[in-house]
Amino acid sequence: MKPEDRDLIVQLCAARSGQQLDPSKDYVIENRLGPVARREGFDSVPDLIQALRTRREDALIWAIVEAMAAGDTSFFRDRLPFEALRTEIAPELVRRRAGQPIRIWSAACATGQEVHSIAMVIDEIGGQFPEARFELFGSDLSERALEKAQSGLYTQFEVQRGLPIRSLIRHFEKVDDAWVVAPRLRQAIRWRRLNLIGDMSRVRGFDLIFCRYVLGAMAPAAQARVTQNLAEALNPGGLVIFGLNETPVGEGLFDPQGASAGVYRLHPEFRAAAA
Amino acid sequence: MRTCLIVDDSRVIRKVARRILEDLGFDVAEAADGAEALAWCRTAMPDVVLLDWNMPVMNGLEFLRRLRMEPGGAAPKVIFCTVENEAPAIREALESGADEYIMKPFDSDIVAAKFAEAGLG
Repeated sequence: MKPEDRDLIVQLCAARSGQQLDPSKDYVIENRLGPVARREGFDSVPDLIQALRTRREDALIWAIVEAMAAGDTSFFRDRLPFEALRTEIAPELVRRRAGQPIRIWSAACATGQEVHSIAMVIDEIGGQFPEARFELFGSDLSERALEKAQSGLYTQFEVQRGLPIRSLIRHFEKVDDAWVVAPRLRQAIRWRRLNLIGDMSRVRGFDLIFCRYVLGAMAPAAQARVTQNLAEALNPGGLVIFGLNETPVGEGLFDPQGASAGVYRLHPEFRAAAA
Repeated sequence: MRTCLIVDDSRVIRKVARRILEDLGFDVAEAADGAEALAWCRTAMPDVVLLDWNMPVMNGLEFLRRLRMEPGGAAPKVIFCTVENEAPAIREALESGADEYIMKPFDSDIVAAKFAEAGLG
């Protein structure tokens, strides 16, 4: 891959999604561009980049940015956040919201494994809290990832990564060689394409946000922007769960909760900017 | 070292599984059918059994039911590893005492994930 082509992709991703690509891993960039080139009808990655330079079409730019942002995901990834949700966070939110809807958002849901895992936990503990109303939301930068997430359809390989067999049997139905999330769970989730470094002034009123393995892939300025956006999207006392090795960027926004699981609480003195 | 008994009538599958399980830190033994596996367990109960379903002499489900009735037979974790991938078969395996379930084909990531689910991580 030519250095100038690689640099163009690195700059595009930084500008559009805040993602900080490692220029030394140009083989990763090229590998991810291959499927985009084929899908968009180009013979090769250099042809794709040439078209990008000459046409500067928004759809093409986003197809590339989305492909570069695709990360690893699995059901119940890291386990601990979901155990925390089951045993501590959900009971606390039920007490605190006292009958008001409890709004949980998977902010970078990719192909949906995270938000479906949340839905499974809520379904399993729902009987303990008959008065509680949970509302689940999934968003991602990638339209293609969201389409798959909304379908709820996963391969046999995907359902064997992180998903206990009893959860598979309880919450999925087999369709030919694949497994689909049960309709009662899929219907409980609302979906939206969202860029976390974009204008989120209308994204408000959440009690818990999962935003895992997003900050770690971003440049510092984008990390700060996302952290601020998440703080403004939360209700007072709300919580964010970051990836296990990630910390929010910015003073006076969040306080760590507990020793693990990446859980942070909105600082009590934080006040969101008016929408 | 924790012990794992691989029960599968395919020598190739046993070889692949052995390599993965040894990488996970298990001391591995092998049996080619349920009867052979049951004899092994009566001699030395393993910590975990990786169990095929369809085998000659005694199939995996029959082995599991008999194992659970043996003295000490409730202790080993049993993880099915089979091409049987329909929900009723999986339910039957769980109701018979299986702890986890791998649908073939498998790879090292799936085996590691399923062993972790069974508390063997």
